[in-house]
Amino acid sequence: MEFFTISMLNGLSYGLLLFMLSSGLTLIFSMMGVLNFAHASFYMIGAYLAYTIAKITGFWPGLVIAPIVVGLLGALFESQCLRRVHKFGHVAELLITFGLSFVVVELVMLIWGRTPVDFPPPPSLRGPAFTLVNSSVDGLRLVLGAAPAAMCQAADASVRVVCSPFPATRGFMMLVALLMLVALWLLLTRTRIGLVIQSALTHPEMVESLGHNVPRVFMMVFGAGCALAGLAGVIGGVTFVTEPAMAFTVGTIIFVVVVVGGMGSLAGAFVASLLIGVIQTFAVALDYSLLSLVRGLHVPLSEGASDFSVLKLSISQVAPILPYLFLVLILIFRPKGLLGTREG
Amino acid sequence: MSLETATSSAGAAQASAPTVVPGPVVRRWPLRGRAGTWAGFALILLLAPLVFSSDLSVSMLSQIGIAIVACLSFNMLLGQGGMLSFGHAVYTGLATFVCIHALLGIASGAFPVPVSLVPLIGGLAGAFFAILLGYVTTKKAGTPFAMITLGIGELVAAMVLMVPEFFGGEGGVSANRSVGKPFLGITFGPPLQVYYLTAFYTFVCTAAMFAFTRTPLGRMLNAVRDNPERVEFIGYSTQRVRYFSFIIAGFFAGVAGGMYALNFEIATAEVVGAGRSGLYLLFTFLGGATFFFGPIIGAILMVLSFTLLSELTKGWPLYLGLVFILMVMFAPGGIASLVMMNVRLAAYRKLSRVAAWYPALLAAALVMLAGAAALIELFYQIQLGSGNETHTSVFGIGLDTQSQASWIGAVAVLLVGYALFELVRRRFGRVWGRVQEEIEAQVAAREGR
Amino acid sequence: MSSKYAVELKDLRKSFGKTEIIRGTNLAVAQGERVAVIGPNGAGKSTLFNLISGRFAPTSGEILLNGERVDGLLPYEINRRGLARSFQITNIFGRLSVFENLRCGVLWSLGYRYAFWKFLADLKDANTRADELLQMIKLDRKRDTLAMNLTYAEQRALEIGITIAGGAGVVMLDEPTAGMSKTETARFIELIRDVTEGKTLLTVEHDMGVVFGLADKIAVLVYGEVIAFDTPDAVRANARVQEAYLGSVLADAQVAEGTRLHAGHPGH
Repeated sequence: MEFFTISMLNGLSYGLLLFMLSSGLTLIFSMMGVLNFAHASFYMIGAYLAYTIAKITGFWPGLVIAPIVVGLLGALFESQCLRRVHKFGHVAELLITFGLSFVVVELVMLIWGRTPVDFPPPPSLRGPAFTLVNSSVDGLRLVLGAAPAAMCQAADASVRVVCSPFPATRGFMMLVALLMLVALWLLLTRTRIGLVIQSALTHPEMVESLGHNVPRVFMMVFGAGCALAGLAGVIGGVTFVTEPAMAFTVGTIIFVVVVVGGMGSLAGAFVASLLIGVIQTFAVALDYSLLSLVRGLHVPLSEGASDFSVLKLSISQVAPILPYLFLVLILIFRPKGLLGTREG
Repeated sequence: MSLETATSSAGAAQASAPTVVPGPVVRRWPLRGRAGTWAGFALILLLAPLVFSSDLSVSMLSQIGIAIVACLSFNMLLGQGGMLSFGHAVYTGLATFVCIHALLGIASGAFPVPVSLVPLIGGLAGAFFAILLGYVTTKKAGTPFAMITLGIGELVAAMVLMVPEFFGGEGGVSANRSVGKPFLGITFGPPLQVYYLTAFYTFVCTAAMFAFTRTPLGRMLNAVRDNPERVEFIGYSTQRVRYFSFIIAGFFAGVAGGMYALNFEIATAEVVGAGRSGLYLLFTFLGGATFFFGPIIGAILMVLSFTLLSELTKGWPLYLGLVFILMVMFAPGGIASLVMMNVRLAAYRKLSRVAAWYPALLAAALVMLAGAAALIELFYQIQLGSGNETHTSVFGIGLDTQSQASWIGAVAVLLVGYALFELVRRRFGRVWGRVQEEIEAQVAAREGR
Repeated sequence: MSSKYAVELKDLRKSFGKTEIIRGTNLAVAQGERVAVIGPNGAGKSTLFNLISGRFAPTSGEILLNGERVDGLLPYEINRRGLARSFQITNIFGRLSVFENLRCGVLWSLGYRYAFWKFLADLKDANTRADELLQMIKLDRKRDTLAMNLTYAEQRALEIGITIAGGAGVVMLDEPTAGMSKTETARFIELIRDVTEGKTLLTVEHDMGVVFGLADKIAVLVYGEVIAFDTPDAVRANARVQEAYLGSVLADAQVAEGTRLHAGHPGH
């Protein structure tokens, strides 16, 4: 039971992180028609910047400064480079963001090195946010913070106690993601600039002829999307590993999220992020394989057959490719995505 | 001569680098000229090993041949079909694995096929996987297509590591290419023999892919690139056109993969990886996606970068990335388009006026490059060199990460170079604009407007 | 041709979300008839064309082409059954030459399909037909010009060329003269008349002169319904139509102009 709850919470937190990234991506795509291949690179820059700032002034200032710097970098890239290739079409826009992602990885390796850096969470976020203690005698209990060692060990050999901690970093991730979600929704629906953005999402020319500076709006949206990615990077960097490969691994998954959810749909990105986040988190924790299934069904297998690697693959080993399998399935059965509105 | 079809002069009067709207290759190229070009190509392929005769050079030549076929097959999708694929290495790589196993089969006698046909087996494997995966991939176009190829590429790359029986896990699979019965004494052991086999396949595949551009399917692929919706209203299924072209491109990608297997005799997970796919994209684009011969230039650059450039500087991927970004911004047709622009000028006999500026432009650019390179090399020395080694060099000039003079000098050279470049570029832009206007006037007169 | 009607619409309806754009349209166009579809902006004329040509699927109702049901079919399936359309916003293959554009239009109808084992240069019938079309639309001097480098009127001419290239029996032109000057329009009407000899023509038009000069019958579409489908004179006299559409001085002037042109071309 507690395994399910903790895994569910972990999965949701990972899904929310994916949504933080894919929402920025979807906004930029919906508004400008360009899929920012370098979106996850800004995520990575956020993590590394926060790491450096943390070494100087501590984590919390980094949480604020890093996203702002990343946002400014994004706005700079949009105004100097991306804008120029607009006239060459969507393929060229995708290519230039691809080039940027390539250059960013090289620069990161140049400045910070090729090996992972040690980016520890701040003291207040170390350890668990809460612990679920499941005792076969006392039942399920929730303990804030870490459960003391005594609680996790049974006094009696017949009593089984399982302590499942929920990391504070994950909890913080969920908190920030939810706050960001609410803030984004409020911005888009309640403010004037939000209205302009919403209309520019579908009718940029009309909005421009109404007197709004649409190129400037684009630059702001691009910058804001990158800042969001940077914020996700700060949190992701502290929860997971901060290394040069982080951009690519997360990047491919958020592209899958965006295609599965339906390109251009924020709600679709939300559903797909959570779905993929939860499924992957559960999969990593499960050790069943096809072989165990076959054995469980009492189907007799020869020696050689049971040695075949595919059968021996446990779900946890397959976990990394689940999003891609999901992608292929969606494409076969529902090509426009879960909640897709645009035809690509 | 109908060369004016290749470019549009509409945006040429701008002060910045000319915006070339890319176009297809010239029609009505005189038959003598065409046959001559192909004969020249064949001649170069035949005689190259005589000039570059060391074993290493010959191996490099083989790699160039492989890269040419791979990049041309990639450009079938990008340049001719408007389909940007981030997962082309899947088809070259899987074919490589199949061919390694074919070689093992030939060695054990289970598969009595001459080694010279192995690339063909690769082609069939490539086509097979393209049939399998292509149906789902070509369901969408444009950006979603690119994302799907990325996802499928990752899927395949991950699955390769999961089935060690076939793919050999981390170490990959290897085989020996000089197996089976020798044909007229040819065992394909020595690099020269492999080279000539590679060269043969390269020539045939290049010719075949060129021929494809002149078939109904090839032309409809161009139409799909330009206006996928309209295609449906003239009786063609856009998805079918893409799918069939994808399969054909997969075939040629497989041939390249087969040649790779013969040349390197090993297949690892890296051959299907995203890194390789990215390289196909990078260099095909650099060479020029809008002209048929562009990817050939890109392929040569690819092999040279990996072998020679990586010797010159540690920062070569960074340079490559920066050049790529600059190309997308200022010359999206690649090097091929730059070449063709000048060919067009020559056709109108205005090349000399423009070309007079090239040395100045180049010199200024070199100064700027020297400054930038010095800075980048200094950074790389700090990062990759151990603490005591502080010396590095650029263009033969020694630099020291510890000395202030090096740093200040690098920045100064960069700034001076940038200023010079801007100065020359503006003058050049004016001359270019005027020349384009003159050409446009000539074209208008000829068309009787 | 198994039916005396080239195109039939039976209680055709189309909704986008909650908004019903086409509300039960009925129409029957005879073989060889020239029909102009007119109506105020937003009446659904382009939507109607999109439904008939397969770009959208109807919400309900039937569309018949030569007696065969085609509602819900994909555009290329409908095209292969003998219906071709042009677009209001020019929809050509920009990076191909004029000749190549036309040749692409004829390839399927001549049965070449997805062939990659034949050379285009060897397809005598395709090349001859493309050259014929080039002459017909009077762009022979621009044979090798890239389509995107043509003038607006030339592109519109090419648009029509591609539409009729496949030899479809039913031709639908969506505002073919949109954005043209008076002289260009007059020349264009001649062109349309010539190239659609013997075919069934449906065209959406706003210029009353074109309408009255070209059409055998006029269908008036208002708020997604056909309120009148009759000869030009009868439509002019129709009270409902006058009320909905033709009550303006400008329209009267255009009508007068069109009647003058029409009188000069007997038999149309």
